Amino acid sequence: MTRRTPLYVVLIAAVCVFSGLFPGQDPTPREVTEFGRLPVLEEGRVKPFDSVARSTLLVIQGRQRVYAPDGAELTPDQWLLDVLFAPEKADSYRTFVIDNTDVLELIGKNDENLAIHYEGAAKQAMASLGFLPSRQRRMSFSEIAPYLSKIEAQEKLAEPVEAQARTQFQSAVVQLYGSLSRYVRLRRAIEPEGSNDFLGDLLKLQETLPDGIEAVRAKEAGKPHDEAKAAALIDLGQRFMAMDEGTNLLAVPPDDAEADPNAWHNVGHALLLGLGREEVNPVALAYAGMGFAWRRHQPEQFSHILSLYQASLDKRFPAQVRKARVESLFNQVEPFYGCMLVYLAAFFLAAVSWLKWPEPARLSAWGLVALAWVIATAGIATRMWLEGRPPVTNLYSSALFIGWGSVALCLVLEAVYKNAIGSAAAGMIGFATLLIAHHLALAGDTLEMMRAVLDSNFWLGTHVVVVTTGYASTFLAGMLAILYVLRGAFTRTLDRATADALAGMVYGIVCFATLFSFVGTVLGGIWADQSWGRFWGWDPKENGALIIVIWNALILHARWGGMIRQRGLMCLAIFGNVVTSWSWFGTNMLGIGLHSYGFTQAAFWWLTAFIASQLALIGVCLMPPGKWRSFRA
Amino acid sequence: MNVRIRELRDFFVSLKLTVALLALSIVLVFWATLDQVHLGVWAVQQKFFHAFFVWTKAGGLLLPVFPGGYLIGGLLLVNLVSAHVYRFHLGWRKSGIWITHAGLILLLVGELVSGLVQKDFQMQLEENETRNYSESLRLNELAIVDTTDPKTDRVVAIPESLLARGVVVQNPALPFRVVPKGYYANSMVGLKSQLPSAPPSPATQGMGAMVAAVPMEVSYQEDARNNPTAFVELVGPDGSLGTWIVSTLLGNPQPFTYAGRTFKIVLRPTRAYHPFSLTLEKFSHDIYPGTDIPKNFSSKVRINTPEGGEGRDVLIYMNNPLRYSGLTFYQSGFQGEHTTILQVVHNPSWLVPYIACAAISLGLCIQFLIHLVGFVGKRSRP
Repeated sequence: MTRRTPLYVVLIAAVCVFSGLFPGQDPTPREVTEFGRLPVLEEGRVKPFDSVARSTLLVIQGRQRVYAPDGAELTPDQWLLDVLFAPEKADSYRTFVIDNTDVLELIGKNDENLAIHYEGAAKQAMASLGFLPSRQRRMSFSEIAPYLSKIEAQEKLAEPVEAQARTQFQSAVVQLYGSLSRYVRLRRAIEPEGSNDFLGDLLKLQETLPDGIEAVRAKEAGKPHDEAKAAALIDLGQRFMAMDEGTNLLAVPPDDAEADPNAWHNVGHALLLGLGREEVNPVALAYAGMGFAWRRHQPEQFSHILSLYQASLDKRFPAQVRKARVESLFNQVEPFYGCMLVYLAAFFLAAVSWLKWPEPARLSAWGLVALAWVIATAGIATRMWLEGRPPVTNLYSSALFIGWGSVALCLVLEAVYKNAIGSAAAGMIGFATLLIAHHLALAGDTLEMMRAVLDSNFWLGTHVVVVTTGYASTFLAGMLAILYVLRGAFTRTLDRATADALAGMVYGIVCFATLFSFVGTVLGGIWADQSWGRFWGWDPKENGALIIVIWNALILHARWGGMIRQRGLMCLAIFGNVVTSWSWFGTNMLGIGLHSYGFTQAAFWWLTAFIASQLALIGVCLMPPGKWRSFRA
Repeated sequence: MNVRIRELRDFFVSLKLTVALLALSIVLVFWATLDQVHLGVWAVQQKFFHAFFVWTKAGGLLLPVFPGGYLIGGLLLVNLVSAHVYRFHLGWRKSGIWITHAGLILLLVGELVSGLVQKDFQMQLEENETRNYSESLRLNELAIVDTTDPKTDRVVAIPESLLARGVVVQNPALPFRVVPKGYYANSMVGLKSQLPSAPPSPATQGMGAMVAAVPMEVSYQEDARNNPTAFVELVGPDGSLGTWIVSTLLGNPQPFTYAGRTFKIVLRPTRAYHPFSLTLEKFSHDIYPGTDIPKNFSSKVRINTPEGGEGRDVLIYMNNPLRYSGLTFYQSGFQGEHTTILQVVHNPSWLVPYIACAAISLGLCIQFLIHLVGFVGKRSRP
């Protein structure tokens, strides 16, 4: 242990997090990564193919990694290229997660044929202990395909039922159907269903187009014509139409004639438009060419076509290309994942500092928190730049921001108190909020578009940011109180000075939380008054925020009135966690009101578990002082 | 001082009462939020907040089980005011608390007032349509329109509540009395042949021979509208003119003549007439490309005044309402491609929460800054 140890710790952590930026050890071929950076328009915004791949994979299988049947690991971009250009290969990858046993039964699966048999005693032992999965959770499209009509029939029955009223089977079947159709729409995004040589078809079309159009026109006018040429063109047109209807991935940028930079088309639509102008859309040709090269494993040709397309994009859409590149780089670095691990390490180092090596461990923890916070700041700033919006726009970003705000306060606390408590709390909250954010990302694109009601950068920037800061500080007060209880009741490390310092911190943070949650709630009222004509409407989310304000006010008044002392303050602050978590997630679970934008069923279980854990901690806190290890004489 | 009075005073000025009331209000708000799933937000406000007690049915008896919004809010007001009168002294160290609490009093009183005086209406406009009235979202009226003069209609409007209570109405503008004969707060209306189970209808005139009404359970859901039906007999000096069936489901007014004058009778959403009219010039609504997420909707309207002095165009869109002549018009929704729905609100006390909240925010900032300065001062001393 030297004076420089904390510096080394932080440096090593920084290197680990940023290693994703350097392509050196990345085995992915360059052209694949470059393809992933191409811009497309999906779900209302321009994004890179890479984001389409990642968010689709998160939705359909809950993780970004894909394994081929031979065990090879694929990046999301490689998987997407197979889906687009070699669907028969992609169909064999196990990418659909199914946990519901009734749905598994529907597709002919049972414990017997799902079990994974490991070779070797060590692996078998690991599997029986739960370290390795003992059964398959993910199915391939080919496995599911024979049962598609059964799944569709069940989905038709379940779909009209309201989301909250569905049984587990109904939810699972609706979800599976959603995943399957998402996959199928992606599979038909660029090449038509059942096409063996789309490039050949398009090249032939290019040659025969003028004759074909002449034949079709003559046929329509009832004049003599070449029936074969007309039929061939009509048949191709019908296939383009099927492509147009079968996807929502708009992969072709607007051409020179179109003024609106958002007027992207899907490949089928672009080809149909081209028929009228007697030309084959060059972007569609480029995609077909890349598909041809990809199927034949010809990386040079693939790169060549890709670079030609890139050059034309660079010239016409420099801003969109730049954003797409930055976004795919952002996806690749996964800054929040790195932050999560750094926060965890910071928490452990802070805890170590109370037992051994107080100064080096405390400084290392503080350094790690600062590092993670800086990375999180950069990550949030990048998202803001990509979206052109204030930091909080949906549940996912509220989780990021709550973590960010709490950690910022912790950094200040640690700078003032220098007792590692701020770092420990920062580690806990930072880790927990990023974990929550990670699970919220499973719902799809986290940079989704804002509905018309919410589309106001001014109010998103003021009301939402301030009220989220209020949530963050209420959570922080609760976390500090938890540290007090855990250290005081179960260890001997909570001396009088530390206990008093913690009480001071909790009190200060509750004051801060009262101010921010109140101002934030009021700004929300003003927004509501501006857009709906009522200052207060007793909407569930409004009520949730109101309860947080009242709860903080209650803590302050109880303290000023001498009704609670140190332990009482801690009990109330821990209950603040319950209040805040209910307001954050519980109100959305009611499925009513203007703010119910994020109903998540799995979250219900976690919320219940969290509330139970907080009540248990309050129970511990209520033990008489004689039972606390730190307070025993 | 009398011991009793002192005890009473101590009770009302105590911080314990404050904390207890805050705790009760949390329970009230929480309970009300959960109950919204069943009752809808409007009924919940009436049951929990605009009431002194929350009443629950237990074995056929209606029992007050919990203090309601008026009681808790009122006690908080008393607690706050009396505590300031007895306990606090003017001084800069308490200035933040003073300002915060003054703002809080203003907020509570302001919410009470706006709950009492605020009126909500809706105006539905098709493109190129002009209207000089808004319609209530919840209230209905029986309108009897004298259309004898082709230039002006004379309207007598009778609130639905009078029909419900069976009050006989005699109005100098009408040559007959209006006698309610029956009333369903919510109903279904159809041809008699389609509703064989309908109770016998006393209606003899107008549509009465053809249609029947079946009473339905009253809905409290926020988005559901109740459709009342009433049977009204019109009685002139020489005897009855007959009984009409009126319902918000019947649409068009039913015409009739009496004593050489022509009338129309209709049950319709209560109207509030404005001294100006609005014309919808264009309604637009966009979605994000490749999705069905609405991006924006907006209504371009023209304000027309009788003097013709105004005649200006305004664009109403999300978060950008039109405030005009004491009313506020919000973009609330749309129907089809060319019909806009504007929410029309009359709330003379709309500024109060702004002032109150500015005061509270200022007060909290001052108070916590005073704490912070004290804290930093204490730590910097050796």
